[in-house]
Parts: sequence; structure tokens; C-alpha cells
Amino acid sequence: MSAVRERPRPGEPTARAGVPEPFASWFEARGWRPRRHQLALLELAKDGRDVLLVAPTGGGKTLAGFLPSLVELAQQGGGEGIHTLYVSPLKALSADVARNLETPIRETAIPVSLAVRTGDTRAAARARQRRRPPDLLLTTPESLALLLSYPDAAERFASLRAVVLDELHALAESKRGVLLALGLSRLRSLAPGARFVGLSATVADPTALRRWLSPKPERVALVEGESGARPELRILIPEGPMPWAGHYATHAAPAVLELVRRHRTSIVFVNTRAQAEVLFGLLWRLNAENLPIALHHGSLEAEQRRKVEAAMAAGRLRAVVATSSLDLGIDWGDVDLVVQLGAPKGAARLLQRIGRANHRLDEPSKAVLVPANRFEVLECLAAREAVEEGALDGGAIAPGGLDVLAQHLTGIACAGPFDADRVFEEVRATAPYAGLARAEFDAVLDFVATGGYALGRYERFRRLVRGPDGLWRLSDPRLSRQYRMNVGTIVEAPVMKVRLGPRGRRLGEVEEYFVSTLAPGDTFLFAGRLLEFVGVQEDEVVVKKGRGGEPKVPAYAGGRLPLTSALAARVEAMLADPDRRGEFPAPVREWLDAQARRSTTGAPGELLVETFPRGGRQFLVAYPMAGRNAHQTLGMLLTRRMERLGLAPLGFVASDYCIAVWGRRPVERPQELFTVDLLADDLEEWMAESSVIKRTFRNCAVVAGLVERRHPGRQKTGRQLTMSADLIYDVLRKYEPDHVLLRAARAEAAHGMTDIRRLSELLNAVQGRIRHVRLPRISPFAVAIVAGIGKEFVGGEALDQELEAAVEELVREAMG
Amino acid sequence: MRPEPLRLAGRELLLDPAGAVFWPERAMLVLADLHLGKAEASARRGLLAPPHELAATLDRLEALLDRYRPRLALSLGDGFHDGRAARGLEGWAFDRLAALVRRQDWLWITGNHDPAIPLALGGAVLDRLELDGLGFVHVPSGAAGEVAGHLHPVARIATRAGRVQRRRCFASDGVRLVLPATGALAGGLNVLDPAIAGLFPAGFKAFLLGTDRIFPIPAAHLLPDLDPHRHRLPEERSPRPAAT
Repeated sequence: MSAVRERPRPGEPTARAGVPEPFASWFEARGWRPRRHQLALLELAKDGRDVLLVAPTGGGKTLAGFLPSLVELAQQGGGEGIHTLYVSPLKALSADVARNLETPIRETAIPVSLAVRTGDTRAAARARQRRRPPDLLLTTPESLALLLSYPDAAERFASLRAVVLDELHALAESKRGVLLALGLSRLRSLAPGARFVGLSATVADPTALRRWLSPKPERVALVEGESGARPELRILIPEGPMPWAGHYATHAAPAVLELVRRHRTSIVFVNTRAQAEVLFGLLWRLNAENLPIALHHGSLEAEQRRKVEAAMAAGRLRAVVATSSLDLGIDWGDVDLVVQLGAPKGAARLLQRIGRANHRLDEPSKAVLVPANRFEVLECLAAREAVEEGALDGGAIAPGGLDVLAQHLTGIACAGPFDADRVFEEVRATAPYAGLARAEFDAVLDFVATGGYALGRYERFRRLVRGPDGLWRLSDPRLSRQYRMNVGTIVEAPVMKVRLGPRGRRLGEVEEYFVSTLAPGDTFLFAGRLLEFVGVQEDEVVVKKGRGGEPKVPAYAGGRLPLTSALAARVEAMLADPDRRGEFPAPVREWLDAQARRSTTGAPGELLVETFPRGGRQFLVAYPMAGRNAHQTLGMLLTRRMERLGLAPLGFVASDYCIAVWGRRPVERPQELFTVDLLADDLEEWMAESSVIKRTFRNCAVVAGLVERRHPGRQKTGRQLTMSADLIYDVLRKYEPDHVLLRAARAEAAHGMTDIRRLSELLNAVQGRIRHVRLPRISPFAVAIVAGIGKEFVGGEALDQELEAAVEELVREAMG
Repeated sequence: MRPEPLRLAGRELLLDPAGAVFWPERAMLVLADLHLGKAEASARRGLLAPPHELAATLDRLEALLDRYRPRLALSLGDGFHDGRAARGLEGWAFDRLAALVRRQDWLWITGNHDPAIPLALGGAVLDRLELDGLGFVHVPSGAAGEVAGHLHPVARIATRAGRVQRRRCFASDGVRLVLPATGALAGGLNVLDPAIAGLFPAGFKAFLLGTDRIFPIPAAHLLPDLDPHRHRLPEERSPRPAAT
């Protein structure tokens, strides 16, 4: 809790008022002064009010959340069951907060017990917590769901006085948050006297978070922490030529190293794990002074990550190259510079990252943005503008999926008989399910009970039965074991551990898919090393130190976030305003001028579509700026329609800003392609066949409990899971296309991977406003995307064509 | 629909993209591992897999019988997922299957451990069938001229688009043949697994099932399954193919 250390400002009272003993003395002994929001939370707690505390990182938020509980426990004594439940999105964060709380508890000598309960907690510790519940229990959404599924849940939580939710902004956006919202609603029923406290970073829409926290948002007090000094944001354009394409910003490595050299401790944020590996490798190649620079991302071995975190906290590192694995929570000590390499994709996300630097509120955080190409320069400028105006984006609350609801209902049944009407009310009280129709709820209940198939075909295999008392209960107590082994909403892609040498140490994990593309002798970059693939041994990938060659870089599914609409709108406005050109760096200015001369830079609200021939092919490049997920979907739909119109499309590629489609014949009237009915006509059909929906279905089937992640006694692997979920998908699609899980998968895909809503908004907005420019050759804008062709996955999901192509290649190989 | 011709031990066979073998000379249709009742078996364990499995598998069977109008149809074992499925097939499914069985001569090939086939379904029951040098059995032994099921082969291949496709497939070296499972929810075993690859001492081709055609691919171009939970001794491991 070092974050609270601060010199009193002149004129401000060293307010002891409000903080009772022994905490007042404890603050004083440390030379700290309680912050306004800490005092506010103490006051509000006396009235039992729910609170949303919005404050920048380093505002002493976590202590603010716990202080009222500590005071209550000091005054009234503990040992009466769980008093305060704390939930954070990260196991590591819960553990870190526990360590930080131990200090005030020890130093004030208050009789307060504390325990952590996560997936890592051993059975003995769990049993102890059960026998003698701690006053403060620190946990994660998944562990909370588990605790709620035990028959003693009602008893265990009856004593609850407070629930503290950390990093609420991150939780509420995710599917894990949906499960948590359901659990919290349950807690409100079990412990009606408890107050709920949400701790959040600065967000665009606190109202939505207040609603998330409570069905009565008007009664949630909003407390805003002192805003710190304005961050200093600089955009760095290194000397030398500016890249036209790519997202890695490798050209900036020397400049980044120079920044690291000039600061005490830097975090270099990148957007993907692959980018982290590449950049880390480059920095070390240049690092003649051997500055201690480390790597941190979610696929590294946990032990390795902990070492980096410890070295960071101890000030032994000069820099760490990190992905979003370092976005949240933990206090990284003396970071004085944050570098964002590649475009930030969203203002709120950028602010979160900037907040990792300099936890002292009275000094500005310093951050440097390094765009990877010309479009990204505009994006960085837009993000800086948005952060300076305090106009945050993103943060939409994740919608309530029917699959998560199914899991929750199963969990409730595991805890004991339940009344469907009451549970429906509880579910409707959560923000994600506020609009849930009773019919949908009943469909999910039927799914849990009998699989949800037409004509009640599985009556005899019911998992839930309704007793004469009208309550629903498990038909077989063994089902609760099955439930507990499969709880949670995170479904991982199949991964394999990487081991250095047959008996060497583990480095982390890569996706199975990546391993399947390797042959012995191939080299790849991972865990900051050049590795050579030796082979697969039992459950692991065995590697040795690589000696060179063209290394591959493992990519991971779902690594990239799309550009937010708010940021995209700013970029669009910038492009269209010739008066702003003066602000831009020279290479960008020249690029825009050339584009204006040869084509056009477009106008707001207009969709620019360029067509031109190149290399014997006919290109169409459109600039909807709707983010890569929406563009990816658009690409699928456009090529389908072109196929039908006889335009012989060959492929497409999408970025955050634009989409390029190429084919054998030119598109003469793009107006005929970008119509609103593009979604109506082709979407359904494409969705049904696409691998996106299959993947989504697989996740929904696991979450809803139709396919198991693990079965008592044996472990299902990701691969086996893919297989059976895919077969089930095919059967359901053909024989019960309206099944509740298919609906769940379609809804989830529409929200996430395919971003249908954004695409639909776009198509509606541009009707009659399509600006078609016919060009004799490629435009300056189009270079970035056309250069990327062949480097990225080329779209097209037609499975048989893919096989055909593979066969052609093999034949050539065989005959050549 | 384009069946793929295959010469097996001197006989001309057709491999159908739905996963069955047609032998024109004998007007005989061969299919394997219907696994009827698999969904129900999983439902008994508490996983409510779609009951439509029955309809889906029977539809597949019916489409094949319509396409080839065979004189003799041969089920190569595991027609039912387990004994309970064989005894307790739902009435409508039983009637439909019985009607399909009676459209032509029908032979149930059973392994030693297969459940008893309900007599009322029709068809004759045999352990194995020998015909013109071909031997039709449930569990393959690797003998020349053998046509077998049991193993549910599937193959993985990396396509040009950088994706991995996993498809049901036949496996053959021109001397022996293993059929894919016909059952809609029957899972699969990678064709490179020693249990399958080991049957073909001189290598083999996998014939991957496409929507309307077969893709013959040499084993060397296929990808193994990377199953973190299958423990094998190194000498048992099938050789890793070169990347394609």
C-alpha cells in the first residue's frame, strides 16, 4: 500500500478526522495522510451504502475498499464468519493484495484473519477456511462460483458485511464478469445486509458500472478519487524512413532502447505476444550495455513471470517488454516511463497502461507512443487527444450469454433446491441479464434439465427434477462433481508446454496449432529465446537452443483488440480536415497530400472505395474504419456476394482501418456490394459454416456443460473437445437449428469475433454515401493493406477449396 | 458426388465421400461403426448430447442406400454404441432402421465383444465375411485383403491458408483398408496413431472426406494429433512427417 505515501499539500488538513484509532496512529506513524476518497468510503460504509470508487491507479483504492471493514472488525471483533469478500480478476492480484493487507493488520495489532481462495489454494487450506472462516476472504470470480455451489453457501455467506470488487472495469467487460454478476446477485439474496464496493480505473461510463454493481444504481454512491497530474504523452517518430505497413514497430527498437537508457524503469507495452517476442529479441540484439530488460506475457511459465515481477518490484530491471498481462493491478514500484509500441487501439486502454507508470499522484505519468505505420500515427494522435480531453471509450458491459446462465443455474442446483421464480428475479437483477425474457430463462432451465431438445426427448435422463414442493433439484448428486470440475468461462485453445531439452526446464506454452506447423529443425522465437524444434515428447514440445535461420513466431488466438469506434471516428475526422495536416509529422503530411492528389482522403460519413488493377488482379480497397473484427466479417460477406455476382474474388485481407478484396474481374459498382441486405442475405449462411461460429459454439458448449473440459477421473484435452463439440454442432445445426446453445453461440459471435453490430451500423450509415474512385494504380492509402497480403491469413472459409489448394501444392511438390 | 476408385487386393472399389465403400462388381455397400445410441449413452452419464444423433446417422445411411441401391449392405461392426443402445433403441428409430435393413440383403459383421444384434431388425449376423479374396471384419489385423472398421480414422492436414483441417478418412495401402466411422457423433483417432499406421508396414494414403469428393493424401503429408494426455513410449511413436 505504498501508494498512499504522499506529502500533505499546503492548506490541506492532515485529516485524522474520520479515521478512528488504531488506524489514525498507524497512518501518522507512516507519514501518510488519508485520502479524501478513503474517508468518503468510511463515511458511506457507516450507512451501509454501496459505492463505486473511480480513481486512477496509485490512488490507494484497494486500501480505501478495505479500510471500512478493518475499522468495523477492529471495533466489533471478528471470528463471526466471513465479514468481507474481495474478488479480483487475477489470482496474482488477490495474493498481492493479501500481502499488502497483512502489514496494516500486523502493525495495528487488530484481531483480523485473512485468507486467499483461488484455483491455486490447496485442499488443506480450503478445509481450514471451511472450518474456521476468515474475516477477510480474497478470491476470483471462478472460486466464488465454486463456493456458491456448495450446500453450505447460504450459511457461509450469511455473515457477509461487505463485498469488494477490484478492477471492476475489466471484470464487467468480460464473460467472466457475467458469471460474477450472477454470483453477486446470489450473494445479495444470501446476505441482504452486505454493502457492495466496486473499485474501478477511470471509465467512460460510470453509470453503467453503477448499474452493474447494483440493481438500484441510484443508491450506489459514486466517489471519484483525486485525479492525478495530467499524463505527459509524447508521440515518437524515430529518425529514418517511416514504415508503410506492419504493426510491430520494429523500426523503433533503437529509439526505444535509447528511452530505456534515459529512464530508471520502463514498461514497453506491445499489442500481442508475438510482437513482444520480436521486439524483445531486437532490443537485446542492440543492447550493448546489457541493460537488464525482461519479457512478460501470458504464455510464459508462471514461475518465470513471477521472477520478472519480483525483479521489477525490487527495482532490478531497467525495462520489461509486456503485453496486457501487465495492464492490471499489481504495483510495479518505480516505473517512470511507459512506452506504447504500436497503436493503442483505445483511449481507456491507453490510459490504463499509462497509469502503470509513476504511482505518485502529484507527479505526471510519462508515456511515449510509437506508431508502427502512417495510419497508426493518426491513431496515436487521436488517442492522445482523447486522453487529454478525458474522453474515454470502450468499457461496454459484456452481454449475458445463455451459456453462462446455464452454468450458473447448474451451480445453484448443486447448492440445493431452488425456486425458479426467485432465481429468475435474481438473474434479472444483474446488469447483463436485465433484459432477459422469461421464455429465454425457461429455455435455459430446460437445457440444464433435459438438454433443451424439442419434444422433451431426454425426459428419462433429466439432470434437474422438480419436486412436489415446486423446487428444482439435482437428479443425481454426482452431477455436482461434474459441475465443479468444469466451472468458469475461460476456454483455452489447446496448448502444449515447451521444455528446453528433454529434461530441461519449462519455458511456457504455445498453441498446439503452432506446434503442428513445425518440423524438426525449424526455429522459432519464444520466451525471449531463439529455439529449435526437436520434437514432441509425451505431452510437451522439446526444444533446444537455436542457431539461426528464419525463426517463426508463435501467434495466439484472440490476441488483438480492435480499434474502438470513438478512436476511429477521431481518425476519420482528422483525415478529412485539411486544416489539421500542419500538426502531422512530415512523412504523414506527404502521404496525405499524395493521397489527396491521386485519390481522395474522404469526408466524414462517407465510405471511400478505391478500385485499381495490380499484378494482373483487380483490387477493391474500402476504408470503413470499423475495426478488424467487423472488417473480417465484411470481407467474408463481400467475397460471397462477389462470387454470386460472377466477380471471381480470390481473397481479402482486413485491418483496423480498411479492407482489400482482390479478384479476376473489376468491381464496377461497389454500391451493389455494400448494401444493408449484405447482412440479411449472406450472414446467416456464412455464420453457420464459418469456423468462427464453430469455435464460439465449442466455448459455449463447454461453459454450458454440454461438453466437458474435465471429467471426474480423467482430463479431456482441448483437441478432443474440439472434435466432439464440432460433431455436435453439425448435428444440431441440421436437426435443431434453434437450439438454445446455437442461439448462445450466434449471439456471442455477433458481439465479439464478428462484430456484427458495428458492421450493421456502418452499412446503414453509408447508404447513398459511397465514394467510388477508379484509379489506374494503387493509392498511397492502399499500400499498407496491400503490402500485408500474403503475410496474414488470407480469408476464405471454403473448406474444400482449401483442401483442393493443399492437394495442388502437394501434386506440384510431388511432380516438380 | 464423386466417389474415388481404389484398387484393393485386385478388386475395384469406390470410396464414397460419405464414408462408405461400394463394390460395383458385387453391388455391395460397406460401412462401419454406426454407433447408434451414442448420444443416449452420454446422456446416461449426465452429458446431454443431441438425441438427433440417431436421425443424423440414419439419414446418412439412407442417403448411401439411395445412392448405390446395393444388393447387399454390410455393417462392419459397432452398429450400436453399446448393449443398452442395441436393446433399447427408440421405437421410431428401430422401425426406421429395420426398414432400411430390409431394403436389400443385410449383413451385420460383429466382433467378439459386440452386443447382440436384435433379431427383429432383420439381416444376418456373421463374425467375418470372405469374398473374392477380400476379408470383411470389425477389428483389423493387418492381413492382406482386409476391409475393417473399429478404429474411426481421422486425418489432420495443414492447408495453404495456414489452417488445420481435421477430417474423417479412409486409410489404405492398396492391400488393406480401414473405413471411417459413419455415426454422426462417433469420434475419431488420428490415422497416424500407431494403432492405425502400424497396420501399413510400407506406408499408406489417407482418403479425406470432402463435401462431395475424396482427397487422397500420402501419410507423410499429414499432421499428428498432439495429445498432451496420451503417453507413449518413444519407439511406439509414429514418425513425424515433414511439414507440408
